[in-house]
Amino acid sequence: MRSTLLAWVTGIGLVLLLNSLIVACSTESTTPTGSPQAGGTPGPARSTLLSTIQGRGQLICGVNDQLPGFGNVDAAGKYTGFDVDFCRAVSAAVFGEPDKVEFVPVKSANRQTAIQSGEVDMMSRNTTWTLTRDFEWGAIFAPTTYHDGQGFMVKTARNIDSIEKMDGASICVLSGTTTELNLADAFRARNLKFTPVVFDNDDATYAAYDQGRCDVVTSDQSSLISRKSTLKAPNESAILDQVISKEPLGPLVSQSDPVWADIVRWTIDSLIYAEERGITSQNVSTFASTQDPDIKRFLGGEGNLGQLMGLAPDWTAKVIASVGNYGEIFDRHLKPLGVERGLNDLYTKGGLMYSIPFR
Amino acid sequence: MTSLRDHHDQTRPPFWRDERIIRIVLQALFLVAVAVGLSILYRNMVIGLAKAGLDLGFDFLKNSANFGISEGIPYTPADSYFKAFIVGLVNTIWVSVVSIVLSTIMGFALGVARLSSNWLARQLASGLTEIFRNIPVLLIIIYWYQAVFLGLPQVESGFSLFNMAYFSQRGLAYPQPDVILLPTLVLMVLVGWGSWKLLQRWRPDLNERWAGVISLVGALLVAGLVWAFSGRDPFALDVPKMVGFNLQGGGQISAEFLGILLGLVAYTGTYIAEIVRGGFQAVPKGQREAARSIGLSEMNAFRLVIAPIALRSIIPSLNTQYQTLIKNSSLATAVGYPDLFGVGSIIVNQSGKTVEVFTMIMLSYLALNLLVSLGMNWLNERVKLVER
Repeated sequence: MRSTLLAWVTGIGLVLLLNSLIVACSTESTTPTGSPQAGGTPGPARSTLLSTIQGRGQLICGVNDQLPGFGNVDAAGKYTGFDVDFCRAVSAAVFGEPDKVEFVPVKSANRQTAIQSGEVDMMSRNTTWTLTRDFEWGAIFAPTTYHDGQGFMVKTARNIDSIEKMDGASICVLSGTTTELNLADAFRARNLKFTPVVFDNDDATYAAYDQGRCDVVTSDQSSLISRKSTLKAPNESAILDQVISKEPLGPLVSQSDPVWADIVRWTIDSLIYAEERGITSQNVSTFASTQDPDIKRFLGGEGNLGQLMGLAPDWTAKVIASVGNYGEIFDRHLKPLGVERGLNDLYTKGGLMYSIPFR
Repeated sequence: MTSLRDHHDQTRPPFWRDERIIRIVLQALFLVAVAVGLSILYRNMVIGLAKAGLDLGFDFLKNSANFGISEGIPYTPADSYFKAFIVGLVNTIWVSVVSIVLSTIMGFALGVARLSSNWLARQLASGLTEIFRNIPVLLIIIYWYQAVFLGLPQVESGFSLFNMAYFSQRGLAYPQPDVILLPTLVLMVLVGWGSWKLLQRWRPDLNERWAGVISLVGALLVAGLVWAFSGRDPFALDVPKMVGFNLQGGGQISAEFLGILLGLVAYTGTYIAEIVRGGFQAVPKGQREAARSIGLSEMNAFRLVIAPIALRSIIPSLNTQYQTLIKNSSLATAVGYPDLFGVGSIIVNQSGKTVEVFTMIMLSYLALNLLVSLGMNWLNERVKLVER
C-alpha cells in the first residue's frame, strides 16, 4: 500500500512540475519583447528569440534534406546547399561563425507546423511566399532568395510538349505545396483531367516518377533541375519550357517576433548588398581600410547598424567571410547544376535581386 | 494484513491517515492537477495563436480546397475543404474495412494452419507469421508499394487477362458490370424462384421440366423488360481501355491502395494468427476428448465445442488488433494513398488551420475506434459463456 501511495505522490509531483514548467514557458511567450539583456549591448533592438538563440548557443533551422543543390545531406553527413547556406549566414550574423546551426529536416507538408509551433527559429527550404501563408501560417517571409516558376518534367517517350497534351495523365506532386494548388488550377482552367499521385517527400515523389508510376512530375523548375540529375536515366526525361506560376522562394520565420524577422531579413539583404558592392569572401578583409562611407558603414567600421539589431558591429563582415556574398552562394551550389542566374541576377544586370540600403 | 484490518475497524485512525479518505483526496487532487494542466495547455495554445495573429474557427471548411485527390468518392478541386476531408475519411474507412476482413481471414487460416498436423502447412504458416510479425508495418507497406507494385511493368505493357483486366504498376483495372446488373439479377432470381414455387402449388400435375422452362422464361422476361425500359444493358461490361496515357473506364484499384492494403493485411494478419493460435491452444484438451467421447465427429467437435470456447479468448484481442489497424492505416501517406490523415495534412497545410483540422482528424479516428469497439463488445457478449 505504501508503494501505491508513493506512486501517487510522485505522479502528482510530476504533473505539478510539468505545469510549473508550462507556466514558465507561457509567461515567457506572452512577452514578445523582453527587457534588454543585462550586460549586453543596450539599444532599441530587443528580440527575445535572439537572446534565446544566443543563450542556447545554436540556431535551429528547418531545411530540405532531399533536394541536391538546395538542401541535402552530403556523403560526410553534412547539410549542404543553397538554402542551407542562408542558415549559415544567419548563424554567422548571430554568433560570428557559420556552423552554430542545428539543421532540422522538414517535409513540405510540415513546414507550417514547424513555424507555428516554434520548432525552428527559421526555415530555409524552397518555400513560396504567398498571401495565405503570410497570414494563415502566421509567417514573415525574408526577401526572396530564388525567383522560381512551376514547371513540368515528362518522360520524353510520352511525347508531351505542353499541358494541353496532358489530359488524363498521372502527375506526381508533393503534398502541401503551392505546386499542388497551381496544378489543379491549371487543369481546371483548361478543362482537362489528371490523376494526382501525392507524396509528402521529394524522394518518394521522384522515385514514383522515375519508376513510371506517373507520366509527369510537377514542381518548381529549380527542384526539377535538381532532381533530374538524380534520375536513373536523366536523358529520358525533359523539363518543359512552359511555366505556370511565379514562385518566389525564400526563408521565413514566425511573426511572433518581428525583430527576429528583421534580423533574418537584413542578413539576407547583406548578402545581396555585398554582391552589389563587389565584396566577396576572398576580399572582404581588404575593405577594412576602405574610405567609401557606404561600405564602411555596411561593414561596421562606422555607425551603429549592428548595434541597432542587437548584433556585433562587424556582423556583415563575419557573414560574408563565412559564406560569401549572394552570387558566391549561387555559383557554389547552383551553377554546377546548370542553373542560369536569369531572374536571380542583380537588378543592375537585368535580374530581380535588389538590396534595401544599409544606412 | 487481516489482523491489521481488524485493528482498523476497532479504532479508526485520524482522517489524514485513513486510507479510504486519503485515496479519495488523492483522486480529487489528481483530477484537479489534470484539469489545471489541460487548461494551462489550452491557455498556452490560445496565447500562442494570438501572438502569431491566428484565430480558431471552422468557417474555412466552406472554402474551395483547390487541390486534387487521386481516388475516392467523386470530388473535384472546386469542392470544399469539408468535402475533401470526407473523401479522406471515406478512404480510411474503405481501406480499414477491407483490411480487417482480409486480415481476419488470413489470420484464422494461418493460426489454424500453425496448429495443423500437416508438417508443411505448419512450417509455412509459422515462417510467414514470424517474417511479417517482426518487421515494422511501415517497412512492409513501403516494400509492397515500391518493390512489388512499382516494380511491375508500366501501364502500356502491363499484364493483361484476355484484354479485359490489366495489372500494371498503376494498379489493377478490371471490367466493371453495369450498376443495374445486381438489382436485375436479384429481380430475376425472385421472379424465377417465385414462379417455380407458385407453379408447384397451383399446378402440381405439371411436368417439372416444363415448370422449369416457364420459370426461366419469366426470369429472362425480367431482363428483357429492364433492357427495354431502362435503356441500359444490364449485362454490359465497362472494359478498361488505354486512352492517352492511362487505362480509362472499368473498375480501377490503384497501386497505392493495394500497397497500404497488403501491408496492413500482412502485418495484422500475422498478429491475428498468433491470437487465433493462442485461443485454440487455451482450450483444455479435455474438452475435445469429452466432445469426441459423446460421439461427435472431429469436425463437429471443432465446430460445436472447441471453436466457441476459443472465440471467447480470441474476440477481445481481435478488437485491439482492429483498432491498431485503423490507426496504422494513417501510414498510407507513405505510399500516396489519400486517406484521412494524408488529406487532413494537406488541408492543414493549404488552409493553415492546424488546431482545427488536427482536432477533426483525432475525433474521426476516435469515433471509428469506438464504433469498432462497440461492435466487438456486442460480438463478445454473444459468444460469452452463458451463465445460468
